[in-house]
Amino acid sequence: MKIVVCVKQVPDISQSKVDPETYTIVRTGVDAVVNPFDLYAVEAALQIKDKTGAIVTAISMGPPQAEDALREVISMGVDNAVLLSSKDFAGSDTLATSYSLAKGIKQIGEADVIVTGRQAIDGDTAQVGPGIAEHLNYPVITDVNGFLEIGDSFLKTRAMTEEGYVDLSVGFPVVISVGKGIGEPRMPSLRNKTRSRKEIIPVWSPEDIDADKSLLGLKGSPTQVVKIFTPEIGGQVLFLNGEPLAQAERIVGILSERHLI
Amino acid sequence: MSLKIIQKRCVSCSLCEQVCPVKAVSMTEDGLPLIDSALCNLCGICIEKCPTGAIVRVHGTLSSQEDFDEYKGVMVIAEEEEGKIAQVSYELVSKGSELASVLKVPVTAVVFDSAQEEDLKNLSVYGADRVIVIKGEILGKPLIGPRSRALYELIRKEKPEIVLTGSTSQGRPLLSRVAVRLKTGLTADCTHLEIEMPDRHLLQTRPAWGGSIMATIMTPNTRPQMATVRPRVMRKKTPDYTKRSEISSFITSPEILTDPVQFLGVIREETSRVRLDNADIIVSGGRGIKSPENFSMIEKLALLLNGAVGSSRPPVDDGWISHSHQVGQTGRTVAPKLYVAIGISGAIQHLVGMQSSDCIVAINKDKDAPIMNVADYAIIGDLFEIVPELIKTLEKKKTG
Ligand SMILES: Cc1cc2nc3c(=O)[nH]c(=O)nc-3n(C[C@H](O)[C@H](O)[C@H](O)COP(=O)(O)OP(=O)(O)OC[C@H]3O[C@@H](n4cnc5c(N)ncnc54)[C@H](O)[C@@H]3O)c2cc1C
Ligand SMILES: Nc1ncnc2c1ncn2[C@@H]1O[C@H](COP(=O)(O)O)[C@@H](O)[C@H]1O
Repeated sequence: MKIVVCVKQVPDISQSKVDPETYTIVRTGVDAVVNPFDLYAVEAALQIKDKTGAIVTAISMGPPQAEDALREVISMGVDNAVLLSSKDFAGSDTLATSYSLAKGIKQIGEADVIVTGRQAIDGDTAQVGPGIAEHLNYPVITDVNGFLEIGDSFLKTRAMTEEGYVDLSVGFPVVISVGKGIGEPRMPSLRNKTRSRKEIIPVWSPEDIDADKSLLGLKGSPTQVVKIFTPEIGGQVLFLNGEPLAQAERIVGILSERHLI
Repeated sequence: MSLKIIQKRCVSCSLCEQVCPVKAVSMTEDGLPLIDSALCNLCGICIEKCPTGAIVRVHGTLSSQEDFDEYKGVMVIAEEEEGKIAQVSYELVSKGSELASVLKVPVTAVVFDSAQEEDLKNLSVYGADRVIVIKGEILGKPLIGPRSRALYELIRKEKPEIVLTGSTSQGRPLLSRVAVRLKTGLTADCTHLEIEMPDRHLLQTRPAWGGSIMATIMTPNTRPQMATVRPRVMRKKTPDYTKRSEISSFITSPEILTDPVQFLGVIREETSRVRLDNADIIVSGGRGIKSPENFSMIEKLALLLNGAVGSSRPPVDDGWISHSHQVGQTGRTVAPKLYVAIGISGAIQHLVGMQSSDCIVAINKDKDAPIMNVADYAIIGDLFEIVPELIKTLEKKKTG
């Protein structure tokens, strides 16, 4: 049995500071990390591996240094990894990204389960997982929060919705996207750490995955960013001073006046 | 592929000429940039620097060039919650009809089988000119596979120029699949939509990078233009109860109506509290609350205000409250009329989930906490003194 887990390297925006003037994230000198949700995706893949003995392969599309992200997940227990890297992939939107990853996954060969994170914290779209499913014609379950049962050829999952949870059962093959309810990502073991340093990670170009170059990168991306700007945030804050009682009365007065309460 | 200048947006600032690393841009006599395609390596720096978004990339066509102009009209995909049409669908029908009136086209609401008669009428009341029900028993369940295939068939037939739905656990994966199948673009989680005439482009604005920047995105060369929109960002318009629209059915090919995914059941959160997404008022507590026992103070305040209870991440991580109450990047995005943040510093991951609330009140002992950047009113002091006074004042107001 084969599992492929999709791992993206992202800038660590959580460690970076907010510029108090412009209110943008200061991103210079920020480290690259594994997208936090993808650690949960890896954890989910490893939970399935623990039950079934499946081989877990991680795949990433990104610049050469994305290799670090792949080594990190190998140290958690992923068996092997491939990196899709080439100028042709640069500038991909979710259509081109999901196409490239789907092609890469095909090249890895017959995946029974494909696991992605719920969303990447830079692009924040949550579109790539279902996109891969469509390219490969697999069913998809998004926002998986836990497994009710892991079988040799099926999964019973609990997925998060606005109303609570929905329980779904599906036979392989399937794509799942995973949220943090799945359980804390496991720590690297010493053995896997050593392995992760030695592992040879192949780098695949569009030719290696038999991709149509017109569908990759900027060329293959129907969406275009036409403008980027800093969000306008709140106007002026009004500080309500005084003793707690006075402050309480004042805010209740203001909110009633504004018909908010 | 090449770059194109949208003339009426250009303000002739010549920044593009200055930033171009390969000197491919020169300003013409009439103040417009000219891009030498032999030199241009499409690096995109000029696109990034252009203050007015006047430079765009032009693609080769992705799908077979079906006549672009055949695509007309705005389509809103409705979704349901607890057996009713969700509020976000009415918000989008309202917004959709606004866009449609600029484009001078009708707005069509699409619902999946099993929707109630009453709800279908409501869709017209909020602006739908037509309502199409996609028939098929399995479509009554929120299964993405069959719904995406059925919707794909409908879109191929109807050819709308714009397709919108909510960025929710149903809407996001649904349109992700459909957009891939149509080989068109899909912009996630939009907070602002606007039409650019005369080209009929949909300008889709959304937060990215955890909300620290906003990006405006266009889908210039493929149709339809598709977007998911955050719930509670668009305003419902005043209902027009006299409006009636044509209701029709769409029957798909039966073979697409099967799915390997089986529905086992739903679990609604065991909460008697008002749900976060639809709440007009949310009272949230953060790490400043210090202990699970103290959290009951937040609940009491929420109850008094008839609001829902929210939380930043630490109380969830510490198990004081369940994850479904978490607001922010890894939790929910909310935009109530009133958001009260108690003992919350306002880390960017929290702010992105609540900053579009109409009115934000922060209670914090630190006047420099980042939450003050988005708050309308701030009460600086010890929450353990302030919140009890607040509760007392509200109780008095209620009885008095
Ligand atoms: C990938 C990622 C995703 C994340 N997603 C989310 C998310 O979805 N939602 C989320 O909320 N966070 C999220 N976080 C975490 C986020 O970065 C912050 O750590 C978190 O929001 C901080 O919560 P807080 O404001 O409650 O705690 P703190 O930052 O510790 O703030 C506590 C505040 O309470 C005040 N305070 C303390 N005692 C008192 C008192 N007695 N009276 C008055 N004020 C007092 C303090 O001045 C302080 O401002 C995420 C982080 C990462 C890395
Ligand atoms: N470049 C990439 N390489 C590998 N996986 C990716 C990449 N982009 C997205 N993914 C996967 O898709 C998920 C959703 O990403 P997104 O749709 O960008 O929010 C992520 O959590 C990853 O698992």
